[in-house]
Amino acid sequence: MYAITSKRTLAKGVIEMTVQAPRVAAHHKPGQFVIVMSDEHGERIPLTIADSDPQKGEITIVFLEVGKTTIQLGEQFNAGDSLFAVVGPLGTPTHVEKFGTVVVIGGGLGVAPIYPICKGLKEAGNRVVAIVGYRSKDLMFWHDRIASVSDEMLVTTDDGSFGEKGLVTDALAKLHDGGAKMDRIIAIGPPVMMRAVSEKTKDWGVSTWVSLNTIMIDGTGMCGGCRVHIGGETKFVCVDGPDFDAHKVDWGEMFARMKGYAKEERMALEADHKCKLAFEALRR
Amino acid sequence: MADAIDIVELGGVKEGDKKKPRSKEKRLDIACQDAKERIHNYNEVALGYSPKEAVAESMRCLECPKPRCMVACPVHIDIPTFIGLISRGKFHEAAEDIHKYNALPAVCGRVCPQENLCEAACIINDTNPHNPIAIGRLERFCADYHFLHSDGEHAAPLKPATGYKVCVIGSGPSGLSCAADLAKMGHKVDLFEALHKPGGVMMYGIPEFRLPKAIVQKEVNYVRSLGVNIECNVVVGRTLPVKEVLDGYDAVYVASGAGYPNMMGIPGENLNGVYSANEFLTRVNLMQAWQEGVAGTPIRRPRRCVVVGAGFTAFDVVRIALRLGAQEARIVYRRSRDEMPGRGEEIEHAEQEGAIITVLTNPVKYLGDENGFVRAVVVQKMELGEPDSSGRRRPIPIKDSEYEIPCDTVVVSIGQTPNVLIPSNMPGLKTRWGSIIQANRETYMTTVPKVFAGGDAITGAATVILATRAGREAARSMDAYLRDPARAWYPPA
Repeated sequence: MYAITSKRTLAKGVIEMTVQAPRVAAHHKPGQFVIVMSDEHGERIPLTIADSDPQKGEITIVFLEVGKTTIQLGEQFNAGDSLFAVVGPLGTPTHVEKFGTVVVIGGGLGVAPIYPICKGLKEAGNRVVAIVGYRSKDLMFWHDRIASVSDEMLVTTDDGSFGEKGLVTDALAKLHDGGAKMDRIIAIGPPVMMRAVSEKTKDWGVSTWVSLNTIMIDGTGMCGGCRVHIGGETKFVCVDGPDFDAHKVDWGEMFARMKGYAKEERMALEADHKCKLAFEALRR
Repeated sequence: MADAIDIVELGGVKEGDKKKPRSKEKRLDIACQDAKERIHNYNEVALGYSPKEAVAESMRCLECPKPRCMVACPVHIDIPTFIGLISRGKFHEAAEDIHKYNALPAVCGRVCPQENLCEAACIINDTNPHNPIAIGRLERFCADYHFLHSDGEHAAPLKPATGYKVCVIGSGPSGLSCAADLAKMGHKVDLFEALHKPGGVMMYGIPEFRLPKAIVQKEVNYVRSLGVNIECNVVVGRTLPVKEVLDGYDAVYVASGAGYPNMMGIPGENLNGVYSANEFLTRVNLMQAWQEGVAGTPIRRPRRCVVVGAGFTAFDVVRIALRLGAQEARIVYRRSRDEMPGRGEEIEHAEQEGAIITVLTNPVKYLGDENGFVRAVVVQKMELGEPDSSGRRRPIPIKDSEYEIPCDTVVVSIGQTPNVLIPSNMPGLKTRWGSIIQANRETYMTTVPKVFAGGDAITGAATVILATRAGREAARSMDAYLRDPARAWYPPA
């Protein structure tokens, strides 16, 4: 069993958990994820590893209470409880080498997974410029941690309640228009944001990478539920990714596949009274 | 095991008395759930023999001195002996005797293609055609009886500990069989499974109504009772790097199976509602998505389902689709009925349940709706030409024969290949076609010293019993290697 050693709410609906998973913590590299099952009958859901501590044998996961399983995790699981299964680290690690200047963008929940990436890139000798974006000030988290592993950090909020008003793409464009050097761009966040970054950088000639968060079951290349066209070829996000060249991703297909179980998910949430209340609360 | 069995009452013979085999009688049918009923549940279709029926069937066996069945059995179970024990009311002893040759009798009794193996070889076919001893059903009976009336654990003493540590990768039929034998030989065995439940394809692939998951877990517990340490949620190559495995063990058996789904690469294959058979089966079997309201994993409930392919897997899928409430569930196969690789019994069961089989037809593309969900498959008619490399007549497309089959769910069930995760993380491990591990078919040794491999990982997708055989033979080879002071290595040519 995988004991939860701490849990806290970072912002509304955003939960941080540390979990005992010594084998995972020992081998985790930036960009990798775990598959988590809350209980024996639960769903297998992929969550990016946001941090790891091999000495303590712990990993950190950050998730948004958005679906049946994440709501259950957030509402019913606390420090001292155990998760039924945690398997990983899965996926091909983010490619880290000395590129020069790397702009790393994290949007919303995507701020968590960019932490180990910024850290890895900095250790490899890169100049790391981080752009972190939130909807508003009260939803901010981990910007302090990102600041500690980047050379420069820009914060944006949609409503302007902190940092620069606007989207991460606005900050990125400003940076680019100002002649800032960028040898590589990495963007992690909601698919709409990643697509927006991709569209923006297409003509700049800057290599842009995104981390896809598709539906998965096993996470080891067995089910193919995560498949998506990359540069005209079907790839499995779980083993070939999750990092891909943003300019090669078939975003239309990616968006459609994300909604593959929207109906079933809604029905499951509505069937479960407690979940239903939480769902309503989130919708408000 | 103190339960009293009155063997005379059951129609058998007392020990010491002479058995008069009734080989001229017809083979005893197995009770099955009615097709109309069973498509509304996931309970087992074939219900199994009662003790009385098992004894009656066993009394037909000649207990030949030169048993052809035993030769035909890939693991060479001593069939006349265990059937003889049933005739004499010694059901537990029969189960224990089978366990000497096969760690998974309750599974093999259910899913082995006996009609092509032991039962095809039965001498009774010569005098009473089509009525061989129902060996599979008797094997299942022994195993089930043993599980029901004992704790199902291994009772006999194991060989003294050798001090050697062995790692087995994958807890499917091959890994479990290999681990069981190595443990009996006195080796310390760690068995790693990537998924959250042990059993491999027996858990994620074969559906509940053919192989109840509780039965698989009983077989797993038997293997545990031999002292095998099973650890789930370990992906070798990720959770546990290959180097640590090589450094930490005296020998390694790779039984990672064939779990990578083949797709056709035709337009529209990534539409929602188009599944690989692996995904569809994993959701339903391993994740128990059929238990609505219990399981967290969703499954699309098909109304009109098209299953591409006609192997074992395709028939499992089509029968699940019917149980999920499909009004139309159709197998689409590019060759003719004669070439279908599925098992006779499964095809028959599927048709009884209402599956439609459309032969000489092949998908060319999928059409989607405005939300990216599949709405139809465009198929093309085929005709058979000259035999190809598989010995079967090659399907050739008929020009301008395309038409649409409306559907909301498609399951592509055209085979699986081994996962590349281990080969791509083990320097020096040679493969064929990028993923099938090359191993010496006698020694099961690979191109990497101390690493053995077997089962679907070295053959591509095959059957439970062939994987079991590989596990057993590899265990013998590994035992010889471990005890050999020179540690001689015989890799594939």
